[in-house]
Amino acid sequence: MKRSSRLGITYAGPMGLWLTIFFLTPLFIIILYSVLKKGLYGGVEWTFSSAAYRQLVNPAFAKVLFRTLTVSVTATAITMALALPCGYAMARSSHQSLFLGLVIVPFWTNSLIRIYAWIAILSSRGFANELLKQLHIIEESLSLIYNQGAVITVLVYMYIPFAILPLFTTIDSFDFQLLEAARDLGASRFTSITRVLLPNIRSGIITSGVFTFIPIFGAYTVPLLVGGKDSYMIGNIIVDQVTKTRNWPLASAISLIITLVSTVGVMWMLMAGAQEKRERAQSLRKAGTR
Amino acid sequence: MNSVSFDTRTRHGATFSNVVLILVILFLFLPLFVIITYSFSASKSMEFTTFSLKWYTQLFFDSDELWSAFLNSAVIALSSAAVATVIASGAAIGIMWYRFKGRQYIQILSFLPMVLPEVIIGISMLIFFSAVRLPLGLITIFIAHTTFNLPFVYLLVTARLDEFDISTVEAARDLGANEAQSLVKVVIPSILPGMLSGFLMAVTMSLEDFVITFFVSGPGSTTLPLYVYSMIRYGVSPVINALSFVLILSIMLIAFAMRRFLKTIAASS
Repeated sequence: MKRSSRLGITYAGPMGLWLTIFFLTPLFIIILYSVLKKGLYGGVEWTFSSAAYRQLVNPAFAKVLFRTLTVSVTATAITMALALPCGYAMARSSHQSLFLGLVIVPFWTNSLIRIYAWIAILSSRGFANELLKQLHIIEESLSLIYNQGAVITVLVYMYIPFAILPLFTTIDSFDFQLLEAARDLGASRFTSITRVLLPNIRSGIITSGVFTFIPIFGAYTVPLLVGGKDSYMIGNIIVDQVTKTRNWPLASAISLIITLVSTVGVMWMLMAGAQEKRERAQSLRKAGTR
Repeated sequence: MNSVSFDTRTRHGATFSNVVLILVILFLFLPLFVIITYSFSASKSMEFTTFSLKWYTQLFFDSDELWSAFLNSAVIALSSAAVATVIASGAAIGIMWYRFKGRQYIQILSFLPMVLPEVIIGISMLIFFSAVRLPLGLITIFIAHTTFNLPFVYLLVTARLDEFDISTVEAARDLGANEAQSLVKVVIPSILPGMLSGFLMAVTMSLEDFVITFFVSGPGSTTLPLYVYSMIRYGVSPVINALSFVLILSIMLIAFAMRRFLKTIAASS
Protein backbone atom coordinates (compact mmCIF):
# COMPACT_ATOMS: atom_id res chain seq x y z
CA MET A 1 0.00 0.00 0.00
CA LYS A 2 1.40 3.33 -1.01
CA ARG A 3 -0.71 6.20 0.20
CA SER A 4 -0.10 9.58 -1.25
CA SER A 5 -0.48 12.23 1.38
CA ARG A 6 1.14 15.00 3.31
CA LEU A 7 1.80 12.52 6.06
CA GLY A 8 4.68 11.00 4.08
CA ILE A 9 6.68 14.20 4.17
CA THR A 10 5.77 14.73 7.84
CA TYR A 11 7.27 11.35 8.67
CA ALA A 12 10.32 11.44 6.40
CA GLY A 13 10.93 15.17 6.24
CA PRO A 14 12.96 15.55 9.44
CA MET A 15 15.56 13.02 8.28
CA GLY A 16 15.68 14.59 4.83
CA LEU A 17 16.19 17.99 6.40
CA TRP A 18 18.81 16.79 8.90
CA LEU A 19 20.91 15.02 6.26
CA THR A 20 20.58 17.95 3.84
CA ILE A 21 21.90 20.38 6.43
CA PHE A 22 24.52 18.28 8.18
CA PHE A 23 25.66 15.93 5.44
CA LEU A 24 24.98 17.36 2.01
CA THR A 25 25.72 21.02 2.77
CA PRO A 26 29.15 20.18 4.28
CA LEU A 27 29.99 18.23 1.12
CA PHE A 28 29.05 21.22 -1.03
CA ILE A 29 31.11 23.49 1.20
CA ILE A 30 34.23 21.42 0.61
CA ILE A 31 33.62 21.58 -3.14
CA LEU A 32 33.47 25.36 -2.78
CA TYR A 33 36.50 25.57 -0.47
CA SER A 34 38.64 23.53 -2.83
CA VAL A 35 38.60 26.40 -5.35
CA LEU A 36 39.22 29.19 -2.86
CA LYS A 37 42.43 30.77 -1.62
CA LYS A 38 43.98 29.40 1.56
CA GLY A 39 43.57 31.60 4.63
CA LEU A 40 46.60 32.52 6.71
CA TYR A 41 45.60 30.58 9.86
CA GLY A 42 43.23 27.98 8.50
CA GLY A 43 39.98 28.91 6.83
CA VAL A 44 39.78 30.49 3.42
CA GLU A 45 39.81 33.82 1.67
CA TRP A 46 36.93 34.48 -0.65
CA THR A 47 38.93 34.70 -3.87
CA PHE A 48 39.04 32.07 -6.59
CA SER A 49 42.21 30.01 -6.73
CA SER A 50 43.16 26.75 -8.41
CA ALA A 51 46.20 26.42 -6.13
CA ALA A 52 44.85 23.33 -4.37
CA TYR A 53 44.40 21.42 -7.61
CA ARG A 54 47.80 22.54 -8.88
CA GLN A 55 49.34 21.21 -5.65
CA LEU A 56 47.70 17.87 -6.36
CA VAL A 57 49.68 17.48 -9.57
CA ASN A 58 53.02 17.05 -7.89
CA PRO A 59 55.18 13.94 -7.65
CA ALA A 60 55.14 13.78 -3.84
CA PHE A 61 51.34 13.68 -3.76
CA ALA A 62 51.16 11.27 -6.70
CA LYS A 63 53.47 8.95 -4.76
CA VAL A 64 51.17 8.93 -1.72
CA LEU A 65 48.11 8.46 -3.91
CA PHE A 66 49.78 5.53 -5.68
CA ARG A 67 50.84 4.00 -2.36
CA THR A 68 47.32 4.39 -0.98
CA LEU A 69 45.95 2.59 -4.03
CA THR A 70 48.49 -0.26 -3.77
CA VAL A 71 47.91 -0.72 -0.05
CA SER A 72 44.11 -0.59 -0.40
CA VAL A 73 44.04 -3.00 -3.34
CA THR A 74 46.41 -5.44 -1.60
CA ALA A 75 44.57 -5.31 1.72
CA THR A 76 41.17 -5.66 -0.02
CA ALA A 77 42.43 -8.63 -2.07
CA ILE A 78 43.77 -10.43 1.02
CA THR A 79 40.58 -9.65 2.94
CA MET A 80 38.41 -11.03 0.16
CA ALA A 81 40.57 -14.13 -0.29
CA LEU A 82 40.09 -14.91 3.41
CA ALA A 83 36.48 -13.76 3.64
CA LEU A 84 35.16 -15.88 0.76
CA PRO A 85 36.00 -19.27 2.34
CA CYS A 86 34.78 -17.91 5.70
CA GLY A 87 31.42 -16.83 4.26
CA TYR A 88 31.15 -20.18 2.51
CA ALA A 89 31.98 -22.21 5.63
CA MET A 90 29.54 -20.15 7.71
CA ALA A 91 26.74 -20.53 5.17
CA ARG A 92 27.19 -24.30 5.10
CA SER A 93 27.60 -24.63 8.85
CA SER A 94 24.85 -25.77 11.17
CA HIS A 95 26.08 -23.30 13.83
CA GLN A 96 25.50 -20.11 11.87
CA SER A 97 24.60 -17.84 14.77
CA LEU A 98 27.58 -19.04 16.81
CA PHE A 99 29.99 -18.15 14.01
CA LEU A 100 28.21 -14.85 13.34
CA GLY A 101 28.71 -14.01 17.01
CA LEU A 102 32.37 -15.00 16.92
CA VAL A 103 32.98 -12.77 13.90
CA ILE A 104 31.15 -9.79 15.40
CA VAL A 105 32.17 -9.90 19.10
CA PRO A 106 35.82 -8.78 18.63
CA PHE A 107 34.42 -5.67 16.96
CA TRP A 108 32.64 -4.50 20.02
CA THR A 109 36.00 -3.42 21.32
CA ASN A 110 36.97 0.11 20.49
CA SER A 111 38.90 0.28 17.20
CA LEU A 112 41.76 2.19 18.82
CA ILE A 113 42.11 -0.45 21.50
CA ARG A 114 42.29 -3.13 18.81
CA ILE A 115 45.00 -1.18 17.01
CA TYR A 116 46.80 -0.74 20.30
CA ALA A 117 46.61 -4.51 20.84
CA TRP A 118 48.36 -4.98 17.52
CA ILE A 119 51.11 -2.64 18.68
CA ALA A 120 51.44 -4.91 21.74
CA ILE A 121 51.64 -7.96 19.46
CA LEU A 122 54.00 -6.66 16.80
CA SER A 123 56.41 -4.37 18.68
CA SER A 124 60.05 -5.37 19.13
CA ARG A 125 59.50 -6.77 22.62
CA GLY A 126 55.90 -7.65 21.90
CA PHE A 127 53.89 -10.85 21.97
CA ALA A 128 54.87 -12.20 18.53
CA ASN A 129 58.60 -11.66 18.97
CA GLU A 130 58.65 -13.11 22.49
CA LEU A 131 56.67 -16.14 21.32
CA LEU A 132 59.06 -16.78 18.43
CA LYS A 133 62.04 -16.41 20.78
CA GLN A 134 60.54 -18.83 23.28
CA LEU A 135 60.10 -21.33 20.47
CA HIS A 136 63.75 -20.72 19.43
CA ILE A 137 62.68 -19.83 15.92
CA ILE A 138 64.46 -16.49 16.08
CA GLU A 139 67.32 -15.09 18.17
CA GLU A 140 66.99 -11.39 17.56
CA SER A 141 63.68 -9.50 17.49
CA LEU A 142 62.23 -9.01 14.04
CA SER A 143 60.98 -5.58 13.13
CA LEU A 144 57.34 -6.38 12.54
CA ILE A 145 55.84 -2.97 13.13
CA TYR A 146 56.04 0.53 11.66
CA ASN A 147 56.16 -0.76 8.10
CA GLN A 148 53.84 -1.47 5.18
CA GLY A 149 53.33 -5.10 6.20
CA ALA A 150 52.00 -4.09 9.62
CA VAL A 151 49.65 -1.57 8.01
CA ILE A 152 48.23 -4.19 5.64
CA THR A 153 47.90 -6.83 8.39
CA VAL A 154 46.00 -4.50 10.70
CA LEU A 155 43.83 -3.15 7.86
CA VAL A 156 42.83 -6.71 6.94
CA TYR A 157 42.09 -7.33 10.60
CA MET A 158 39.94 -4.20 10.93
CA TYR A 159 37.80 -4.73 7.85
CA ILE A 160 37.45 -8.48 7.43
CA PRO A 161 34.07 -8.69 9.24
CA PHE A 162 32.70 -6.06 6.83
CA ALA A 163 33.65 -8.43 4.02
CA ILE A 164 32.51 -11.66 5.67
CA LEU A 165 28.98 -10.52 6.62
CA PRO A 166 27.65 -9.59 3.15
CA LEU A 167 29.38 -12.64 1.62
CA PHE A 168 27.78 -14.88 4.21
CA THR A 169 24.32 -13.45 3.45
CA THR A 170 24.72 -13.94 -0.32
CA ILE A 171 26.23 -17.42 -0.11
CA ASP A 172 23.58 -18.42 2.42
CA SER A 173 20.83 -17.69 -0.12
CA PHE A 174 22.68 -19.59 -2.88
CA ASP A 175 21.07 -22.88 -3.93
CA PHE A 176 23.77 -25.46 -3.19
CA GLN A 177 21.98 -28.08 -5.28
CA LEU A 178 23.36 -26.23 -8.29
CA LEU A 179 26.89 -27.13 -7.14
CA GLU A 180 25.93 -30.74 -6.73
CA ALA A 181 24.31 -30.72 -10.16
CA ALA A 182 27.53 -29.38 -11.67
CA ARG A 183 29.53 -32.10 -9.94
CA ASP A 184 27.12 -34.77 -11.14
CA LEU A 185 27.56 -33.46 -14.68
CA GLY A 186 31.27 -34.09 -14.32
CA ALA A 187 32.70 -30.71 -13.30
CA SER A 188 35.68 -30.79 -10.95
CA ARG A 189 35.30 -29.21 -7.54
CA PHE A 190 37.37 -26.23 -8.62
CA THR A 191 35.43 -25.69 -11.86
CA SER A 192 32.08 -26.07 -10.13
CA ILE A 193 33.09 -23.32 -7.72
CA THR A 194 34.55 -20.93 -10.30
CA ARG A 195 31.88 -21.52 -12.95
CA VAL A 196 28.76 -22.02 -10.84
CA LEU A 197 29.15 -20.58 -7.34
CA LEU A 198 31.23 -17.46 -8.02
CA PRO A 199 29.15 -16.12 -10.97
CA ASN A 200 25.99 -16.60 -8.91
CA ILE A 201 27.27 -14.60 -5.95
CA ARG A 202 28.98 -11.92 -8.03
CA SER A 203 27.01 -8.96 -6.74
CA GLY A 204 27.67 -10.08 -3.15
CA ILE A 205 31.39 -10.25 -3.87
CA ILE A 206 31.34 -6.76 -5.40
CA THR A 207 29.34 -5.34 -2.48
CA SER A 208 31.69 -6.71 0.12
CA GLY A 209 34.74 -5.71 -1.92
CA VAL A 210 33.50 -2.13 -2.24
CA PHE A 211 32.56 -1.95 1.44
CA THR A 212 36.06 -3.13 2.33
CA PHE A 213 37.92 -0.99 -0.17
CA ILE A 214 36.25 2.35 0.61
CA PRO A 215 37.10 2.58 4.34
CA ILE A 216 40.59 1.21 3.70
CA PHE A 217 41.15 3.82 1.00
CA GLY A 218 40.25 6.52 3.51
CA ALA A 219 42.12 4.90 6.41
CA TYR A 220 43.75 7.29 8.82
CA THR A 221 44.39 5.77 12.25
CA VAL A 222 45.95 2.46 11.15
CA PRO A 223 48.79 3.95 9.05
CA LEU A 224 49.29 6.61 11.73
CA LEU A 225 49.68 4.18 14.62
CA VAL A 226 51.30 1.06 13.14
CA GLY A 227 52.86 2.49 9.97
CA GLY A 228 56.25 4.10 9.50
CA LYS A 229 57.28 7.29 7.71
CA ASP A 230 56.85 5.54 4.37
CA SER A 231 53.34 4.25 5.06
CA TYR A 232 51.56 7.58 5.02
CA MET A 233 48.24 7.30 3.22
CA ILE A 234 46.00 9.88 1.63
CA GLY A 235 43.85 10.05 4.79
CA ASN A 236 46.90 11.10 6.81
CA ILE A 237 47.74 13.81 4.30
CA ILE A 238 44.23 15.28 4.63
CA VAL A 239 44.39 15.32 8.41
CA ASP A 240 47.82 16.98 8.34
CA GLN A 241 46.50 19.62 5.96
CA VAL A 242 43.69 20.37 8.39
CA THR A 243 45.47 20.18 11.73
CA LYS A 244 49.11 21.10 10.99
CA THR A 245 49.53 23.00 7.72
CA ARG A 246 46.03 24.44 7.97
CA ASN A 247 45.57 24.31 4.22
CA TRP A 248 41.82 23.80 4.03
CA PRO A 249 41.45 24.20 0.26
CA LEU A 250 44.00 21.42 -0.31
CA ALA A 251 42.33 19.19 2.30
CA SER A 252 39.00 19.83 0.53
CA ALA A 253 40.44 18.99 -2.88
CA ILE A 254 41.91 15.69 -1.62
CA SER A 255 38.62 14.87 0.13
CA LEU A 256 36.84 15.35 -3.18
CA ILE A 257 39.16 12.82 -4.82
CA ILE A 258 38.34 10.23 -2.15
CA THR A 259 34.63 11.02 -2.46
CA LEU A 260 34.89 10.55 -6.22
CA VAL A 261 36.65 7.17 -5.86
CA SER A 262 34.03 6.03 -3.31
CA THR A 263 31.17 7.16 -5.56
CA VAL A 264 32.58 5.23 -8.52
CA GLY A 265 32.84 2.14 -6.29
CA VAL A 266 29.27 2.48 -5.07
CA MET A 267 27.92 3.05 -8.61
CA TRP A 268 29.70 -0.08 -9.75
CA MET A 269 28.16 -2.00 -6.86
CA LEU A 270 24.65 -0.74 -7.61
CA MET A 271 25.01 -1.45 -11.33
CA ALA A 272 26.23 -4.98 -10.67
CA GLY A 273 23.25 -5.58 -8.38
CA ALA A 274 20.80 -4.22 -10.96
CA GLN A 275 22.37 -6.28 -13.73
CA GLU A 276 22.11 -9.44 -11.68
CA LYS A 277 18.43 -8.73 -11.05
CA ARG A 278 17.85 -8.31 -14.79
CA GLU A 279 19.67 -11.55 -15.58
CA ARG A 280 17.67 -13.39 -12.94
CA ALA A 281 14.42 -12.04 -14.37
CA GLN A 282 15.51 -13.01 -17.88
CA SER A 283 16.42 -16.57 -16.97
CA LEU A 284 13.18 -16.89 -15.04
CA ARG A 285 11.25 -15.75 -18.09
CA LYS A 286 13.16 -18.21 -20.27
CA ALA A 287 12.40 -20.99 -17.84
CA GLY A 288 8.77 -19.93 -17.92
CA THR A 289 8.42 -20.12 -21.72
CA ARG A 290 10.01 -23.55 -21.89
CA MET B 1 28.34 -45.96 -3.87
CA ASN B 2 26.98 -42.81 -5.38
CA SER B 3 25.81 -41.41 -2.06
CA VAL B 4 29.14 -42.26 -0.41
CA SER B 5 31.18 -40.30 -2.93
CA PHE B 6 28.67 -37.47 -2.63
CA ASP B 7 29.16 -37.38 1.14
CA THR B 8 32.94 -37.35 1.06
CA ARG B 9 33.12 -34.59 -1.46
CA THR B 10 30.84 -32.22 0.44
CA ARG B 11 32.66 -32.89 3.65
CA HIS B 12 35.97 -32.53 1.88
CA GLY B 13 34.84 -29.32 0.17
CA ALA B 14 33.91 -27.83 3.50
CA THR B 15 37.23 -28.71 5.11
CA PHE B 16 39.43 -26.12 3.44
CA SER B 17 36.97 -23.30 4.10
CA ASN B 18 36.39 -24.52 7.64
CA VAL B 19 40.12 -24.34 8.33
CA VAL B 20 40.25 -20.79 6.95
CA LEU B 21 37.23 -19.82 9.07
CA ILE B 22 38.79 -21.18 12.26
CA LEU B 23 42.11 -19.47 11.50
CA VAL B 24 40.38 -16.16 10.80
CA ILE B 25 38.42 -16.39 14.05
CA LEU B 26 41.67 -17.05 15.93
CA PHE B 27 43.18 -14.06 14.12
CA LEU B 28 40.18 -11.94 15.20
CA PHE B 29 40.49 -12.99 18.83
CA LEU B 30 44.29 -12.82 19.14
CA PRO B 31 44.40 -9.09 20.04
CA LEU B 32 41.66 -9.53 22.66
CA PHE B 33 43.52 -12.44 24.17
CA VAL B 34 46.77 -10.45 24.34
CA ILE B 35 45.08 -7.43 25.92
CA ILE B 36 43.27 -9.47 28.53
CA THR B 37 46.46 -11.33 29.46
CA TYR B 38 48.48 -8.14 29.84
CA SER B 39 45.71 -6.53 31.87
CA PHE B 40 46.41 -9.03 34.67
CA SER B 41 50.18 -8.58 34.56
CA ALA B 42 52.06 -6.65 37.22
CA SER B 43 54.56 -5.35 34.68
CA LYS B 44 54.21 -1.86 33.28
CA SER B 45 55.71 -2.82 29.93
CA MET B 46 54.01 -5.22 27.58
CA GLU B 47 55.00 -8.56 29.04
CA PHE B 48 53.45 -10.99 31.44
CA THR B 49 55.35 -11.23 34.73
CA THR B 50 53.20 -11.93 37.76
CA PHE B 51 49.46 -11.83 38.27
CA SER B 52 48.15 -8.54 39.57
CA LEU B 53 44.91 -6.60 39.74
CA LYS B 54 46.58 -3.23 40.19
CA TRP B 55 45.54 -1.88 36.78
CA TYR B 56 41.94 -2.62 37.65
CA THR B 57 42.29 -0.85 40.99
CA GLN B 58 43.82 2.11 39.21
CA LEU B 59 41.05 2.08 36.60
CA PHE B 60 38.26 2.21 39.15
CA PHE B 61 39.78 4.38 41.84
CA ASP B 62 42.40 6.57 40.24
CA SER B 63 41.34 7.55 36.72
CA ASP B 64 39.20 10.67 37.03
CA GLU B 65 39.99 11.97 33.55
CA LEU B 66 39.08 8.66 32.04
CA TRP B 67 35.73 8.57 33.78
CA SER B 68 34.84 12.11 32.83
CA ALA B 69 35.66 11.18 29.21
CA PHE B 70 33.44 8.14 29.62
CA LEU B 71 30.63 10.33 30.94
CA ASN B 72 30.89 12.58 27.87
CA SER B 73 30.79 9.51 25.64
CA ALA B 74 27.76 8.10 27.42
CA VAL B 75 25.81 11.37 27.24
CA ILE B 76 26.54 11.77 23.53
CA ALA B 77 25.87 8.12 22.72
CA LEU B 78 22.50 8.02 24.46
CA SER B 79 21.27 11.39 23.19
CA SER B 80 22.43 10.98 19.59
CA ALA B 81 21.09 7.42 19.43
CA ALA B 82 17.72 8.50 20.81
CA VAL B 83 17.35 11.39 18.37
CA ALA B 84 18.56 9.27 15.44
CA THR B 85 16.09 6.51 16.34
CA VAL B 86 13.10 8.87 16.41
CA ILE B 87 14.01 10.69 13.17
CA ALA B 88 15.05 7.55 11.26
CA SER B 89 12.02 5.49 12.33
CA GLY B 90 9.75 8.28 11.11
CA ALA B 91 11.61 8.36 7.82
CA ALA B 92 11.37 4.59 7.45
CA ILE B 93 7.57 4.72 7.91
CA GLY B 94 7.18 7.68 5.55
CA ILE B 95 9.28 6.15 2.79
CA MET B 96 7.82 2.65 3.06
CA TRP B 97 4.17 3.61 3.09
CA TYR B 98 3.75 6.91 1.31
CA ARG B 99 4.43 8.46 -2.04
CA PHE B 100 5.45 12.09 -1.91
CA LYS B 101 7.68 14.62 -3.60
CA GLY B 102 11.30 14.19 -2.49
CA ARG B 103 10.84 10.57 -1.47
CA GLN B 104 13.61 9.33 -3.72
CA TYR B 105 15.88 12.19 -2.68
CA ILE B 106 15.59 11.19 0.98
CA GLN B 107 16.02 7.54 0.08
CA ILE B 108 19.33 8.20 -1.70
CA LEU B 109 20.48 10.61 0.99
CA SER B 110 19.76 7.98 3.64
CA PHE B 111 22.53 5.64 2.53
CA LEU B 112 25.19 8.05 1.28
CA PRO B 113 26.76 8.75 4.71
CA MET B 114 27.35 5.00 5.12
CA VAL B 115 29.48 4.70 2.02
CA LEU B 116 31.82 7.67 2.45
CA PRO B 117 35.04 7.14 4.43
CA GLU B 118 34.83 8.57 7.93
CA VAL B 119 37.67 11.01 7.31
CA ILE B 120 35.60 12.76 4.65
CA ILE B 121 32.55 13.09 6.89
CA GLY B 122 34.74 14.37 9.71
CA ILE B 123 36.55 16.97 7.58
CA SER B 124 33.45 18.21 5.82
CA MET B 125 31.65 18.65 9.15
CA LEU B 126 34.60 20.44 10.71
CA ILE B 127 34.69 22.86 7.77
CA PHE B 128 30.90 23.25 7.91
CA PHE B 129 30.88 24.04 11.64
CA SER B 130 33.63 26.58 11.23
CA ALA B 131 31.81 28.15 8.26
CA VAL B 132 28.63 28.60 10.31
CA ARG B 133 30.73 29.60 13.33
CA LEU B 134 29.41 26.93 15.65
CA PRO B 135 32.06 26.42 18.37
CA LEU B 136 33.36 22.85 18.58
CA GLY B 137 32.28 20.90 21.65
CA LEU B 138 29.71 18.42 22.87
CA ILE B 139 27.00 19.96 20.64
CA THR B 140 28.99 19.49 17.43
CA ILE B 141 29.89 15.92 18.45
CA PHE B 142 26.20 15.25 19.11
CA ILE B 143 25.24 16.56 15.65
CA ALA B 144 27.96 14.53 13.94
CA HIS B 145 27.05 11.31 15.74
CA THR B 146 23.34 11.70 15.03
CA THR B 147 24.20 12.21 11.36
CA PHE B 148 26.24 9.02 10.99
CA ASN B 149 23.77 7.02 13.10
CA LEU B 150 20.70 7.92 11.01
CA PRO B 151 21.39 5.63 8.01
CA PHE B 152 21.96 2.56 10.20
CA VAL B 153 18.83 2.99 12.30
CA TYR B 154 16.86 3.72 9.11
CA LEU B 155 18.14 0.48 7.57
CA LEU B 156 17.23 -1.65 10.59
CA VAL B 157 13.75 -0.15 11.02
CA THR B 158 13.06 -0.51 7.29
CA ALA B 159 14.00 -4.18 7.49
CA ARG B 160 11.52 -4.62 10.33
CA LEU B 161 8.78 -2.70 8.48
CA ASP B 162 9.30 -5.04 5.53
CA GLU B 163 7.87 -7.88 7.59
CA PHE B 164 5.09 -5.73 8.99
CA ASP B 165 1.59 -6.56 7.84
CA ILE B 166 0.11 -3.27 6.69
CA SER B 167 -3.43 -4.62 6.92
CA THR B 168 -3.27 -4.32 10.71
CA VAL B 169 -2.99 -0.53 10.31
CA GLU B 170 -5.91 -0.58 7.88
CA ALA B 171 -7.88 -2.63 10.36
CA ALA B 172 -7.12 -0.07 13.08
CA ARG B 173 -8.27 2.69 10.69
CA ASP B 174 -11.47 0.86 9.84
CA LEU B 175 -12.16 0.56 13.53
CA GLY B 176 -11.94 4.33 13.78
CA ALA B 177 -8.38 4.99 14.92
CA ASN B 178 -6.80 8.20 13.65
CA GLU B 179 -3.20 8.45 12.39
CA ALA B 180 -1.73 9.20 15.81
CA GLN B 181 -3.66 6.42 17.53
CA SER B 182 -2.74 3.78 14.96
CA LEU B 183 0.89 4.94 15.13
CA VAL B 184 1.12 4.68 18.91
CA LYS B 185 -1.05 1.60 19.41
CA VAL B 186 -0.27 -0.50 16.32
CA VAL B 187 2.79 0.59 14.36
CA ILE B 188 5.28 1.48 17.08
CA PRO B 189 4.71 -1.63 19.20
CA SER B 190 5.31 -3.89 16.24
CA ILE B 191 8.44 -2.14 14.94
CA LEU B 192 9.83 -1.70 18.46
CA PRO B 193 12.37 -4.52 18.12
CA GLY B 194 13.75 -2.86 14.98
CA MET B 195 13.87 0.52 16.72
CA LEU B 196 15.59 -1.00 19.76
CA SER B 197 18.24 -2.80 17.76
CA GLY B 198 18.77 0.40 15.77
CA PHE B 199 19.11 2.37 18.98
CA LEU B 200 21.63 -0.14 20.38
CA MET B 201 23.65 -0.17 17.20
CA ALA B 202 23.69 3.63 17.26
CA VAL B 203 24.86 3.65 20.89
CA THR B 204 27.70 1.24 20.11
CA MET B 205 28.79 3.14 17.01
CA SER B 206 28.74 6.41 18.89
CA LEU B 207 30.72 5.02 21.84
CA GLU B 208 33.24 3.59 19.42
CA ASP B 209 33.72 6.46 16.99
CA PHE B 210 37.11 8.08 16.96
CA VAL B 211 37.82 9.49 13.50
CA ILE B 212 34.76 11.75 13.10
CA THR B 213 34.81 12.83 16.77
CA PHE B 214 38.50 13.71 16.44
CA PHE B 215 37.60 16.45 13.94
CA VAL B 216 34.50 17.92 15.55
CA SER B 217 35.54 17.93 19.21
CA GLY B 218 36.80 20.99 20.99
CA PRO B 219 38.53 21.77 24.26
CA GLY B 220 36.80 20.11 27.22
CA SER B 221 34.78 17.66 25.13
CA THR B 222 37.08 14.66 25.29
CA THR B 223 35.25 11.39 24.68
CA LEU B 224 36.49 7.96 25.68
CA PRO B 225 38.01 7.08 22.28
CA LEU B 226 39.77 10.46 22.19
CA TYR B 227 41.15 9.79 25.65
CA VAL B 228 42.32 6.32 24.64
CA TYR B 229 43.98 7.89 21.59
CA SER B 230 45.92 10.35 23.72
CA MET B 231 46.94 7.47 26.01
CA ILE B 232 48.26 5.49 23.03
CA ARG B 233 50.09 8.43 21.52
CA TYR B 234 51.51 10.00 24.66
CA GLY B 235 52.50 7.27 27.04
CA VAL B 236 50.64 4.03 27.37
CA SER B 237 49.51 2.80 30.73
CA PRO B 238 48.29 -0.79 31.15
CA VAL B 239 45.10 0.77 32.53
CA ILE B 240 44.04 0.71 28.86
CA ASN B 241 44.18 -3.09 28.95
CA ALA B 242 42.03 -3.27 32.05
CA LEU B 243 39.60 -0.77 30.53
CA SER B 244 39.33 -2.83 27.33
CA PHE B 245 38.46 -5.98 29.20
CA VAL B 246 35.83 -4.16 31.27
CA LEU B 247 34.33 -2.70 28.07
CA ILE B 248 34.27 -6.08 26.30
CA LEU B 249 32.57 -7.70 29.28
CA SER B 250 29.97 -4.98 29.70
CA ILE B 251 29.07 -4.90 26.00
CA MET B 252 28.68 -8.68 25.98
CA LEU B 253 26.45 -8.49 29.05
CA ILE B 254 24.29 -5.74 27.53
CA ALA B 255 23.99 -7.64 24.25
CA PHE B 256 23.02 -10.80 26.08
CA ALA B 257 20.44 -8.97 28.21
CA MET B 258 19.02 -7.23 25.11
CA ARG B 259 18.73 -10.54 23.29
CA ARG B 260 16.70 -12.02 26.11
CA PHE B 261 14.64 -8.83 26.32
CA LEU B 262 13.95 -8.83 22.57
CA LYS B 263 13.01 -12.51 22.73
CA THR B 264 10.50 -11.83 25.51
CA ILE B 265 9.02 -8.97 23.47
CA ALA B 266 8.80 -11.18 20.39
CA ALA B 267 7.18 -13.94 22.43
CA SER B 268 4.62 -11.62 24.01
CA SER B 269 3.46 -10.00 20.77
